[in-house]
Amino acid sequence: MNSIVCIKRVPDSETRVRIASDGLAVDRSGVKFDMNEYDKYALEEAIRRKEEAGEGLVTVLTVGGDDARETLRQALAMGADEAVLLRAETGFDGLPVAVALAEEIRDRPFDLLLFGKQAIDDDGMQVPAMVAELLGLPAATVVVSLEIEAGRAVARREVEGGHETVEFDLPGIVAAQKGLNEPRYPSLKGIMAAKKKPLEEKDVTLVEGGLELLELSGPPDRPEPQILGEGAEAVPELVRRLREEVKVL
Amino acid sequence: MLDYFLTDEHQMIRELSRTIADEVLRPVAADYDRSGEFPWPVVEKMAEAGLFGVFIEERYGGLGDGDRTMNMVLVTEELSKACGGISLAFAGTALGTLPIIIAGSDEQKEKYLPSIAAGERLAAFALTEPQAGSDAAGIRTTAIRDGDHYVVNGIKQWITNGGDAEIYTVVVMTNPEKGPRGASTLVIEKDTPGFGFGKKEDKMGIRASSTRELVFEDCRVPVENLLGREGTGFITAMKTFDASRPGVGAQALGIAQGALDLAVDWAISRKQFGSPVSSFQGLRFLLADMAMQVEAARALIYATARHIDGNPKARSTIYSAMSKCFASDIAMRVTTDAVQVFGGSGYMKDYPIEKYMRDAKITQIYEGTNQIQREEISRILIGEHIAGQS
Repeated sequence: MNSIVCIKRVPDSETRVRIASDGLAVDRSGVKFDMNEYDKYALEEAIRRKEEAGEGLVTVLTVGGDDARETLRQALAMGADEAVLLRAETGFDGLPVAVALAEEIRDRPFDLLLFGKQAIDDDGMQVPAMVAELLGLPAATVVVSLEIEAGRAVARREVEGGHETVEFDLPGIVAAQKGLNEPRYPSLKGIMAAKKKPLEEKDVTLVEGGLELLELSGPPDRPEPQILGEGAEAVPELVRRLREEVKVL
Repeated sequence: MLDYFLTDEHQMIRELSRTIADEVLRPVAADYDRSGEFPWPVVEKMAEAGLFGVFIEERYGGLGDGDRTMNMVLVTEELSKACGGISLAFAGTALGTLPIIIAGSDEQKEKYLPSIAAGERLAAFALTEPQAGSDAAGIRTTAIRDGDHYVVNGIKQWITNGGDAEIYTVVVMTNPEKGPRGASTLVIEKDTPGFGFGKKEDKMGIRASSTRELVFEDCRVPVENLLGREGTGFITAMKTFDASRPGVGAQALGIAQGALDLAVDWAISRKQFGSPVSSFQGLRFLLADMAMQVEAARALIYATARHIDGNPKARSTIYSAMSKCFASDIAMRVTTDAVQVFGGSGYMKDYPIEKYMRDAKITQIYEGTNQIQREEISRILIGEHIAGQS
């Protein structure tokens, strides 16, 4: 069971992100980075498949700058066998990244190609489907459970208000949703072993994408809280506001 | 952050411990504090990450070759920042394992250490009894030789990890007439017939840690479970405390640092008179004093841990006692001041800070009260001075 897992280095979900002065990028100073959370489910799934099969190779792949090396090492420490850094300056457009990944993946043999369902920084949700299109492979996205038998995969997808179960032949693409598994922490021994695992780096030139970024803007400032009163007598006014102004009731 | 010139491996241990503390311990700390249950799901995560191996040699499955004290201190500090109770599942296991590391034979190490390093089995150290705490000569638990077994009878009290640990290193009297020279250390496994548990204590703090009585009634323990020779129980216990007290210091340090972090966060975000309370000098100076004390405790503990690791044959009693005593005293002060910074909110259980104050208190008491630590420090200080004059 060979898997390739595409991962992304993103700002930690706890980090407060500021928009840079040009209004077109995120200020990276003082920002803590981590592996995209959904990618951890994808990676954990690949490692478990390999452990269950008792054989196979887990390759992690990312497009990013030099600092993405740290995220690849983290993946190796969790249990991936080898890593590839496609070095390039990436932006908000998914297409150039998808093309670069597809080019790298095309000549590699694999059974499963895994992604997180989306990256939590730009929420593009484009790359898994684009890579599927470029490689001509079936793709199941937002997957919460996966069964594989004799070259066929059955994936349970989360859809609005319920679930959808799909079946496809391998090789195929799975984009992981939270709940697929519980990702492990790298162990101390895993971290030490990761230093000796292969991490290949190559410069790539990204193709032009189709999207142009015009502006980034933050969420609106939160209004000052209002105290409507105390105890039971405040409830009618609270209910009125929730119904008429906030419209949540 | 002050540069303590940690090795790459130390930094890695610290980072992983911090991640687990923040992501696994912190979200559940208040729940376990309330329920007093043993935090098994958290311990499993700590075990998977390999944290229990940091104080055990590589050939027994660990990472602690040559720097086990420093490793143990770093993990304990980081975990204690998030929860001073849950961290004891780790630190109490280190304490319970130390007698095996210090006095065990190769066969005994081979038998017990790999499962401890893997986090499959927790350990506990049992010295205290209803009539004997710091007065270790008052031990009444007996282990009388009968063929190829010892028959153990007696009660051990207030044992950290009691009931949840599988491996107990127990100080017993193999020769009660000889007093302290008649003490020995036995490894007693949980499922041994005649070994049971008394009540689980309901404590002020460190409530996620289990504290129980161990009850031995004609408990037959094979003689091969004797650590070292008969009669070496006290020296093993004293060497164990030399190595473990910096760990209590690290627990206190973590609790203090965790409380300081929360206090600074609070001071920045809490507004009074139209300004953050961190703009008021009275509060700023309080924070400055807290930070100074915490950093001084860290410097002393790290230096002591390195001294122990670098001088494995020498006794470190005075520095170990200083580390434990100083750090636990500052932890009590810093956590009390942190509650003060929070004001009325600090006194409420809805906020996380009062727990730090409750958790800190035990560090001034266990593994020898701070009065006992001062006795030890002054005894060595004055003794060395007199020896120097003669």
